[in-house]
Amino acid sequence: MARAVKTSTRVSYTIAAWVVALLIFFPILYTIITSLKTEGEAIAGFNLIPSFSLESYREVQNQQNYIKPFTNSVVLAVGSTVLGLLIGIPAAWAMAFSPTKRTKDVLMWMLSTKMMPAAAVLVPIYLIFLRLGIMDSRIGMTVLLMLINLPIIVWMLYTYFREIPGEILEAARMDGANLWGEIWHVLTPMAVPGIASTLLLNIILAWNESFWTIRLTTTNAAPLTAFIASFSSPQGLFWAKLSAASVMAIAPILIMGWFSQKQLVRGLTFGAVK
Amino acid sequence: MGTIQLRDVHKAFGATNIIPKLNLDIEDGEFVVFVGPSGCGKSTLLRLIAGLEDMTSGTISIDGRDVTNEAPAKRKLAMVFQSYALYPHMTVAKNIAFPLKMAGESQAEIDKKVANAARILNLSNYLERKPGQLSGGQRQRVAIGRAIVRQPSAFLFDEPLSNLDAALRGTMRLEISELHQSLGKTMIYVTHDQVEAMTMADKIVVLNAGNIEQVGSPLDLYRSPKNLFVAGFIGSPKMNFVEGKAAEAMGAKTIGVRPEHMKITVTNGAWRGVVGVAEHLGSDTFLHVHTDDHGTINVRADGEIRVSHGDVVFLTPEPAKIHRFDANGKAL
Ligand SMILES: Nc1ncnc2c1ncn2[C@@H]1O[C@H](COP(=O)(O)OP(=O)(O)OP(=O)(O)O)[C@@H](O)[C@H]1O
Ligand SMILES: [Mg+2]
Repeated sequence: MARAVKTSTRVSYTIAAWVVALLIFFPILYTIITSLKTEGEAIAGFNLIPSFSLESYREVQNQQNYIKPFTNSVVLAVGSTVLGLLIGIPAAWAMAFSPTKRTKDVLMWMLSTKMMPAAAVLVPIYLIFLRLGIMDSRIGMTVLLMLINLPIIVWMLYTYFREIPGEILEAARMDGANLWGEIWHVLTPMAVPGIASTLLLNIILAWNESFWTIRLTTTNAAPLTAFIASFSSPQGLFWAKLSAASVMAIAPILIMGWFSQKQLVRGLTFGAVK
Repeated sequence: MGTIQLRDVHKAFGATNIIPKLNLDIEDGEFVVFVGPSGCGKSTLLRLIAGLEDMTSGTISIDGRDVTNEAPAKRKLAMVFQSYALYPHMTVAKNIAFPLKMAGESQAEIDKKVANAARILNLSNYLERKPGQLSGGQRQRVAIGRAIVRQPSAFLFDEPLSNLDAALRGTMRLEISELHQSLGKTMIYVTHDQVEAMTMADKIVVLNAGNIEQVGSPLDLYRSPKNLFVAGFIGSPKMNFVEGKAAEAMGAKTIGVRPEHMKITVTNGAWRGVVGVAEHLGSDTFLHVHTDDHGTINVRADGEIRVSHGDVVFLTPEPAKIHRFDANGKAL
């Protein structure tokens, strides 16, 4: 009896977990509820039972094309992640299997760029985009989002790669594989679970990125984050419509996340569990 | 062909010299075994030859060609790792085929060679399995199969049998020896195991702290070790070393007598002692005798010998089999 967790303790932990989960999920839940209300209900005050009106969705559709920002979101999220993996896999390979004295410093330095507030580099990046003429372009945004998430991609891959015994890569080298053969035929297939988690997490991060996408796009490359934003200001406060737009923006990624939960949990623990 | 020459090979990790300066010639078709205490640089030396580790200075040539700066793949060597290092995501067939695929051989050619290697190594029934579904011995055979298909000029083995149980180790030892006979290729083999070293080697290289202490055939090393280190390292149980009066009487600082070169009686002899532990193995009996004047001496006696703990015995070294060493540990 000494070691078994008491039932009452277990029950209280379970309750606590549910409360926390609900608290975290509540904003999303309330957005969904609000999107099913009429505008009148939406501003009327706190109310958990909507009238299940699809009015807002119809209006959002009529007012703005959903397909274009949706396509942009897909292109930016997938494009930046795939590009990031193409650069991140060789980079993580080098750090995991051919480390030098400074490798740890390089890793820390890369991570430190994530600690810097984005606003700090808004002006320089804005100017660079302007000069290069890539404002509101998919290419520019893809590269930018890739750069923003690259530190996380490299870190995640690095932690996964470190779990792969170096001798297997050396065996490939002895077997006549060149560097790319080694990475492509041996390392990548062995790291598929880790690479998949990295891919999923970074698609989500890129999908939800809003600081840069809202500021550097207008129509041409504007993804769903900008689509939501466009409903918040100009027309005044239309809560139901805004909520409907939000739900439409997050639904694809929510569904993807739901179906890939297992991989994601692996990804979020950064290779800590096998 | 498969001659390998090491000239002034030096390897340092940071500030520590792991291999100070080493010269070694390996002839074509030879079975060379590297032995030495843990951490003496055996694996490092093997990896330098393989090209998996960069040398600090010196040169390595294979068949007269300087390969010092060549990538592992270009050296035409095959390596079998202690951990087997199989590709876990590939089937046995794909594992064995990998070097051929990398060499760009045709699928028909690959299939033929894989089938052939599988037949030699008794793996034909396992070709579609993944390494995770094999036993240790089978995995080791796959690793060997992967090494032989590309017909390297030499094989490198780093303690390939140390993860196997004793019985399997015996079988695999024979298989590798047979493979050596039938292929006639140069093999370099790192091991901790005395039996492997003595039974498999044409030539044993005894390493100590990155230096070669002695090179020779197993019996050479056993019969005439050049110094105390080799004398103590080769042979099991270990050679007994005696200093003091007994050694001085023979004009040496230290004398060494192997446990099997000691006569034991209960009546009279050179050294008197009391039996401590007696290990009866059946074929032999290992006795630890606490002598009056020379500390504990190990004796290998007949399996049938009737002595036990506390008995008084007399030991007499066979005069012709006594090794003498000077104050520097050099054999006299
Ligand atoms: N990458 C490395 N960096 C620093 N030191 C190393 C490195 N690899 C090996 N060493 C050191 O070099 C020495 C020789 O190592 P090596 O692995 O060659 O020994 P070994 O003779 O194979 O030992 P064992 O019998 O235990 O396998 C050891 O002291 C080890 O600590
Ligand atoms: Mg070793």
